[in-house]
Amino acid sequence: MTAPLLDVRGLRKFFPIAKGMFRKVVGHVRAVDDVSFTVQEGETLGLVGESGCGKTTTARCILRAIDPTDGQVLYRTRDGSIVDLAPMAARDLGPLRKEIQMIFQDPFGSLNPRMTLFDNVGEPLLVHGMRNRRERMDRVAELLRLVGLRPEFMHRFPHAFSGGQRQRIGIARALATNPRLVVADEPVSALDVSVQAQVLNLLLELQSRLRLTFLFVAHDLSVVRHICDRVAVMYVGQLVELAPTDAVFSRPRHPYTAALMRAVPIPDPRAPGGDAILRGEVPSPASPPSGCYFHPRCIYAQDRCRQEAPALQEVTPGHFSRCHFAGELELTMAA
Amino acid sequence: MPLTPTATDPLLQVRDLRVSFRLDEGTVRAVDGVSFDVFPGQVVGIVGESGCGKSVTMRAILQLIDPPGRITAGEILYRRDSNPIDLVRLPARGRLMRDLRGAEIALIPQEPMAAFSPVHTVGEQIIEAIMLHERASRAQARAKTIELFRDVGISMAESRVDAYSWQLSGGLRQRAMIAMALSCKPRLLIADEPTTAIDVTTQAQILALLRELQRKYDTAIIFITHDLGVIAQMANYVVVMYLGRIMEEGPVDEIFHAPKHPYTKALLRSIPSLHSETRTPLPVIAGTLPHPFNRPPGCPFHPRCEDIIAGRCASAVPALHALGPRRAVSCFLHSDAVDPA
Repeated sequence: MTAPLLDVRGLRKFFPIAKGMFRKVVGHVRAVDDVSFTVQEGETLGLVGESGCGKTTTARCILRAIDPTDGQVLYRTRDGSIVDLAPMAARDLGPLRKEIQMIFQDPFGSLNPRMTLFDNVGEPLLVHGMRNRRERMDRVAELLRLVGLRPEFMHRFPHAFSGGQRQRIGIARALATNPRLVVADEPVSALDVSVQAQVLNLLLELQSRLRLTFLFVAHDLSVVRHICDRVAVMYVGQLVELAPTDAVFSRPRHPYTAALMRAVPIPDPRAPGGDAILRGEVPSPASPPSGCYFHPRCIYAQDRCRQEAPALQEVTPGHFSRCHFAGELELTMAA
Repeated sequence: MPLTPTATDPLLQVRDLRVSFRLDEGTVRAVDGVSFDVFPGQVVGIVGESGCGKSVTMRAILQLIDPPGRITAGEILYRRDSNPIDLVRLPARGRLMRDLRGAEIALIPQEPMAAFSPVHTVGEQIIEAIMLHERASRAQARAKTIELFRDVGISMAESRVDAYSWQLSGGLRQRAMIAMALSCKPRLLIADEPTTAIDVTTQAQILALLRELQRKYDTAIIFITHDLGVIAQMANYVVVMYLGRIMEEGPVDEIFHAPKHPYTKALLRSIPSLHSETRTPLPVIAGTLPHPFNRPPGCPFHPRCEDIIAGRCASAVPALHALGPRRAVSCFLHSDAVDPA
């Protein structure tokens, strides 16, 4: 088996909390705390969790939009060598940025409203050295066709397009440099239901045509279930569960994952709903609880959970859970 | 929650409501002939995608449409005692409307962050509303606010009363908003996407809270959302809107298990579910939502409809046709009735 395309090891990102006149550092927000996972080429890994769990910070560390505090981000380049993105200087990252691209959440905020589609989509080409305008136009036309838009739209401005169409434009731009790894941060959560399905189908289709690898950051579990091969669930900066999608949904091994699934309202009035509700709130990553971070909200919590922090353990092959009782609990997504 | 047919009169009757916005680029018919009833103690869910007019309809009920928007036709009958008042005829800034707004008809807005003033404490804003509508003293209003905070599940209510909105988490902020909406015991509560900006586990808590309070106070709720899962869990009766018109309405079970309109059917098919097959294409609704200035003629859904009738759907607008006492659909597949307006 070849090395994974992306191998994240012990990733940490702490944000300092400064107080007082001299901005003395009084503590840290442990936004990402020892996160490790791999992504195989051609795979889609879903990174799931609620706001503040560190999923977007993890993605931004991998993209090197921010500098990780600690850990390795090992990436296998096109020529087969493995490089660590985490400590790399901006200068050396330049050529690699062609290979790792991003799709953003907000299709209204992520396109420059004063640039035509040609300039919006063609900008990464220009940045990466395609100086000839004719060539760029051909490539942009090809990209627009790829995402299901008419090439004639090239000279229009983003305001003329709907949310779904704008998200297609954002996808075209992300694909401009022929990336291998695409980080999609909530790419469909700002879209209407009828358009969401279209964009999800487009992502699935593009992946099989272009052999893309996706890191798919999302909070919507039904979307994740639909598009991902494997799912990583985060809670207060840590991975709590990591497993193939079907395994997570048929037999979750962490009480938080099960609670998260039960919280999703089922679009069927006959479905039993909403009586087993997760109590309390997500703790602050600046002062997480002792032991297992989830214990104050966990209905299965024992004394051990209050004192001893669980490690991420492999329960069945390929199925990891950060729970002391992962092997014993009978969890299902139904309440 | 089963639909309980009530012998009582509807609390609110919206009749052929039309709202348009006159802009330089043209006129946008945001709400184009909407009719529905809300009975006491019932939860009516309004579903639709952006631009369907669900929020404008709610603003019309509260008389909060700002120029260039204008109610051009229709009635909104609110039954205060035995004889209904037409809210459309009331001056928006008049005494009566101001008495109703907040006290009898309350709103839970989508973004509690934007709805609370950041320079006053949350408690102060609720105390003000109670003092205004109930002629209570400051001390009484404060005591009542603390009690309301406990009711909506805010812990440490005595100290949270003096918090600013930005000091509260999203879930607590929305709970405070619900406390404010309930402060004057409204008979009708309008919840405009109250959980869209909130995480799923918090959403589940807020929805459970709303269900519990609804049972306790027997308030009628109009619940607006684009999330079919939320609608299925909350509503007794569902109104499906598309581009300012009602496509279909009926009891929640019939909308989900026996939908009549091609739009409702397509919408239900296109949502990914927790039980769906992994990595298979979802059935989609072809095309995109039209731009509000480019409203298609005829049935607004016809360019995307799979069951289009040639020569019919593109030329005439189907009327909302009653199929039963509480069931209606606007589609030529079910009725030949044409909208006269």
